[in-house]
Amino acid sequence: MANTDIEQRKQELLNQGYTEVYTKTKVLTDAVLHYCPGCGHGTTHRLVAEVIDEMGIQDKTVGVSPVGCSVMAYNYFDVDFQEAAHGRAPALATAIKRLNPDCFVFTYQGDGDLAAIGTAETIHACNRGENITMIFVNNGIYGMTGGQMAPTTLVGMKSATTPYGRNVALNGYPLRITELLATLPGTYYVTRQSVQTPAAVRKAKAAIRKAFENQKLQKGVSFVEIVSNCNSGWKMTPVAANKWMEENMFPNYPIGDIKVDGKIAEGIDANRLVLSHPLTVVNK
Amino acid sequence: MAKELKLMKGNEAIARAMIASGTDGYFGYPITPQSEVMETLMAEKPWESTGMVVLQAESEMASINMVYGGAATGKKVATSSSSPGISLMQEGLTYLAGAEIPCLIVNVMRGGPGLGTIQPSQSDYFQSVKGGGHGDYQLYTLAPASVQEMYDFVFDAWDIAFKYRNPVLILSDGAIGQCMEKLYTRDYIPRWTEEERRANAPWGTWGKPANRNHNIITSLELDSARQEVFNHKLQAKYREMEKNEVRYEALNCEDADYIFVAYGSSSRIAMKAMQMAREKGIKVGLFRLITLFPFPTKQLQEVAKNVKGILCVEMSAGQMIEDVKLATNCSIKTEHFGRFGGIIPTPTEVLEALETKIIK
Amino acid sequence: MTEEIIIAGFGGQGVLSMGKILAYSGVMQDKEVSWMPSYGPEMRGGTANVSVIISDDRISSPIINQFDTAIILNQQSLDKFEHSVKPGGLLIYDPNGITHEPTRKDINIYKIAATAKAQELGISKVFNMVVLGGFLKLKPIVDKQYIHEGLEHSLPQRHWNLIPQNEEAIEIGKGLIEAVQVL
Repeated sequence: MANTDIEQRKQELLNQGYTEVYTKTKVLTDAVLHYCPGCGHGTTHRLVAEVIDEMGIQDKTVGVSPVGCSVMAYNYFDVDFQEAAHGRAPALATAIKRLNPDCFVFTYQGDGDLAAIGTAETIHACNRGENITMIFVNNGIYGMTGGQMAPTTLVGMKSATTPYGRNVALNGYPLRITELLATLPGTYYVTRQSVQTPAAVRKAKAAIRKAFENQKLQKGVSFVEIVSNCNSGWKMTPVAANKWMEENMFPNYPIGDIKVDGKIAEGIDANRLVLSHPLTVVNK
Repeated sequence: MAKELKLMKGNEAIARAMIASGTDGYFGYPITPQSEVMETLMAEKPWESTGMVVLQAESEMASINMVYGGAATGKKVATSSSSPGISLMQEGLTYLAGAEIPCLIVNVMRGGPGLGTIQPSQSDYFQSVKGGGHGDYQLYTLAPASVQEMYDFVFDAWDIAFKYRNPVLILSDGAIGQCMEKLYTRDYIPRWTEEERRANAPWGTWGKPANRNHNIITSLELDSARQEVFNHKLQAKYREMEKNEVRYEALNCEDADYIFVAYGSSSRIAMKAMQMAREKGIKVGLFRLITLFPFPTKQLQEVAKNVKGILCVEMSAGQMIEDVKLATNCSIKTEHFGRFGGIIPTPTEVLEALETKIIK
Repeated sequence: MTEEIIIAGFGGQGVLSMGKILAYSGVMQDKEVSWMPSYGPEMRGGTANVSVIISDDRISSPIINQFDTAIILNQQSLDKFEHSVKPGGLLIYDPNGITHEPTRKDINIYKIAATAKAQELGISKVFNMVVLGGFLKLKPIVDKQYIHEGLEHSLPQRHWNLIPQNEEAIEIGKGLIEAVQVL
């Protein structure tokens, strides 16, 4: 629907006595999202946009979009935006922030972009302690290119390039890059969240807010992983995908803060940070 | 800082020109024979004087993408490297060209292919002007032949880059990079103020004020009809550059029976060979390319119409010669002479090549 | 006037800095100059060489293969560059470590026992200036006052206290150079 149609329909409903209880945040544009129904990107976009709106920083925010499903994030956020080459968003963000220290700078990346082709840029931006926010959406698969194996694909998980399931001998282990980044002195806040329930959404929003607020402190990278689903890549309904995510992704990618205010979060087992946290084998 | 007379290396001249020309940022990665660029910047600490940002990146891929990020905010951002590092940057270069981001890249060439050698070469001509990355794009390419030009071309690069919203490449080599010559420095140009940045780069991404739409820097357009229109726009820009921004130097070409065509350090060697030839009574001229893209096609045609032969002198297996032959429609006897893989030809060899390959 | 010079020896003998001081002195005297080093791994302990051109006119190629003067500080460099001296040109060498003397009959040959003299006087750090003095005695292409300015520009300010020692070494070199073969 064109925007004028939406506006017209809204007026009709209001005239019929409906009350407006939920509106689009103004930091999102009127463009219609291209994401699959049920995908976590839509919610995550909205949370980032709400935080920018609530902090009143729309006029000094610069975003960097990756290559992958969220490549056209720049069409949805009503802030200045740069589209990066695959994996290079943290390099762009580094320079944007260093040359424009008053700007709030964030990258928005998927697992292939951030944890495979862009691993070097990710680790070095985090290790330099760039004063930026990184939003990392992990759904364990390459969605845009049609469901191939990602660095975060679980052991045993089927994808277009692991048709018999991810095999450690052939494909290596799922990369828990978020834990790895938490061990670097340049990260100040590292957390893993999800957006599949209202409660999770509220926590994720609080984490994103903190990650943006931290830029004022100039203490290093604030990194928010959102464990998400890919119902089309996983070949499931949205509801089944969320259930599968909770049952299989969460044990391998535990939800919660890993590093807060530059210190390892309470209750985090040091073993988990050196990557010896047990991996489960999934069958899908 | 006011004008001064100095003796310095070409690489150092690049670095000092960056500071003096109001460059906002430099991102680089060490590689011989250009490491003095970043070494000089780090020693000079321009962040304390002009406010210029200097950062050593983790790779050439990171540095060219830092150029992308910084330059897309409408600031003057540069990098430098040598051949293998420039190969790594090709992805970034095509994105920069595709997103129309003005910036400066310096390539101090060394011999290839592969890891090759650290000695001077000019075998990156194709990569520079025929599009080293994918897609139809051009970099405005300047070929300095002296330390003074290394310095001056940095200033010129910013004018062209922002006039056309296009990346500019300074294509040098290890010989000019490592050579020390006399240099007249220029008065400092202050870095742009916030107002100047906004006026000179209204397309930049620095945070969207309430009174304008959000600026987007991207090279992506999934609608192929629109992508074709965009490509036509790029091509029109390149034709404008060809019309307005060609640079070359013709020495002793008026009465020449033969001419050398060369650029960069090869043109210096050819100049010496020209002097030696003239002492022997052979009327030789030198046509020196200053811009490799746009290529001085018409100017070369004009100069070449009365000559009996052209010797292309290039430290490669013969790359520039293709454009020379195209410019003259292969109507004049044209041969290539080059040493490569890091060997620099001597003026004596160049003169011998003229005598054996062209004059006979 | 155009003087095309090659200075060659071991890395660490001050070959590049000798060339730089000479070139900077030329700049101070308003000459055109170029200084073109060999660079790379050979700088680290192997052989090093630098071509210096000083001229009243615009310099064409900083990269040259025939020289008016070759200043040679080890055997490898003598083997490499003896044949690059233009007929009638000048070859200066330090006999230290030289096992095969130069054989050309069509050039002027001088030797300067700078290594031995510098060791004797305990001024090994300015050995290269002794050699430069020998060259300047034969070819005074830059004036003394400009050498002083060249030293000031070539050396970091914290080493300016060493300038008198450098200048003394140049004078020692002028007295040390001796003819082997004069055309």
